[in-house]
Amino acid sequence: MSAPTVLVRRKGAGLGLLAWLAGIVFFLPIAWMALTSFHSEQDAATNPPSFTASLTLDGYREFFGTGGGASPWPALINSTVASVASTLLVLLLALPAAYALSIRPVKKWTDVLFFFLSTKMLPAVAGLLPIYLFAKNAGLLDNIWLLVVLYTSMNLPIAVWMMQSFLAEVPVAVIEAARVDGARLPTILARVVAPIALPGIAATALICFIFSWNELLFARVLTGVVAETAPVFLTGFITSQGLFLAKVCAASLVISLPVLAAGFAAQDKLVQGLSLGAVK
Amino acid sequence: MTATTTAPMATTPARTTRQPSARLRAWATRAPLLPALIFMIAVTQLPFVATLVISFFDWNALYPDARRFTGLDNYRQVLTDADLRQSVWTTVLLTVAVVLASLVLGLALALLLDRRFRGRGVVRTLLIAPFLVVPVAAALLWKHVLYNPEYGLLNGLLHYVGGPQPDWISDTPLLAVEAALVWQWTPFMMLILLAGLQSRDQQQIEAARVDGASDWQIFRHLTLPHLRRYLELGALLGSIYIVQNFDAVFTITSGGLGTANLPYTVYQSFYQAHENGLASAAGVLVVIGSLVIAAFALRVVSSLFREEVSRA
Repeated sequence: MSAPTVLVRRKGAGLGLLAWLAGIVFFLPIAWMALTSFHSEQDAATNPPSFTASLTLDGYREFFGTGGGASPWPALINSTVASVASTLLVLLLALPAAYALSIRPVKKWTDVLFFFLSTKMLPAVAGLLPIYLFAKNAGLLDNIWLLVVLYTSMNLPIAVWMMQSFLAEVPVAVIEAARVDGARLPTILARVVAPIALPGIAATALICFIFSWNELLFARVLTGVVAETAPVFLTGFITSQGLFLAKVCAASLVISLPVLAAGFAAQDKLVQGLSLGAVK
Repeated sequence: MTATTTAPMATTPARTTRQPSARLRAWATRAPLLPALIFMIAVTQLPFVATLVISFFDWNALYPDARRFTGLDNYRQVLTDADLRQSVWTTVLLTVAVVLASLVLGLALALLLDRRFRGRGVVRTLLIAPFLVVPVAAALLWKHVLYNPEYGLLNGLLHYVGGPQPDWISDTPLLAVEAALVWQWTPFMMLILLAGLQSRDQQQIEAARVDGASDWQIFRHLTLPHLRRYLELGALLGSIYIVQNFDAVFTITSGGLGTANLPYTVYQSFYQAHENGLASAAGVLVVIGSLVIAAFALRVVSSLFREEVSRA
């Protein structure tokens, strides 16, 4: 082996090591949070930190309310309802729209696509107050279905953009061939379009789920005791309450688990969703 | 992307040939689009129009009878009020700092990940994880688990090396919020830039290498120009998301110690102070700020989009 090759190898190994180091540094807070969640409150609050303290499920027991605190279940159920229902509604509205923007496009379909994108750039605070006043007058405050509607509007532009690009990947020649063979629209959608577009649609749904699950501002302003979502429940931990670190860690971890799972499942399409379809 | 995006356009003329039922057919084509379009207009555009109208009124929800039209008075108040001006400045500072820092870090990480090495998939997963923590949970993690002056991990680690024991949030409140946000947003930038790196023309790079170009020359003259639009896109999308940030400010400092940004101020002025008119004016200002960024963002997205379409 010649000297330069060895040098290149060594440099390559060094950079690989650096990448590993960066990965570990970025992951460290999460790993530490996970470890702390399994410590007792006394062990969690030591300085210097104890890495070897004995493990316990007390933090999780505290969080799930067996310790006498408020139960997180209503909030978790509310978040599930809001995220799942709004994601389904998004799919219901976005699929036909994406169809009309890709497979059988309307005139000026790019303009329509960019209108959807531009609504995403309107900050949430822009409509917050009228929505609050409307909800108050209509008796919809503290109602989870109001959040379902708002989360749908929050995610619809992203979904339309992503689905448009997934449906556009279905070769028109194949659709035409099916049509020539006498297949009707429902058959074409089920047999030709769905198999090709399904992985993309699934990723879109996961990304919409993540955004709904994470949302705080609307939930904080528009819900109270009944329709409180998981992020709002977490805001109860903002002010310190004595020894509660293990409980906070357990709560943060449990509430983040659905997002971590959905995010890793949609990893490959995550960029496309977050960049509103601009990056593939 | 394949020939598919242009192909639908090619079929358009065939459908628009004048037939008696042409108009009917046009509506049939449009119909699947309408529910989504109407929904979006009703839920996002109408409330904003209402915000715009309310912003011209002197309206405190606690004194609803005293509501009256004041023209641009709310805007004058927002722009002259020291606290509100401070929050405009904080928003700018927070957004610029977080976007720049996470962009630079994201670029470094993307370059590291663009190379082949053992366990690349694992490292990629480790790096994405911070972005997949619920924002409020991430903010709580930084506030209580890392920053806490008595039992936080940062001071715990400093303790080992005999370092000082600062009270991070009280001493450097804005920096504390920014660091937590940079941690969450660096993976986002990394993903966008990694996608950019992987769309480079490998043959061109090989050719340059054969011609004796150094790594730095290749980075400076081939990679960076190619990445330019991905950097722009990351910066613009990051700005749009971070200008709106509420979770981190609300959780880590509760808007105290000079960290209240505009979204927090809007929240506070109507939710706690019940100043509907003032809140609306501040909201409209956030929108104007976002629109400026959005105009650029739309241009970048549209140029990338057209490139995709024309590549077909």
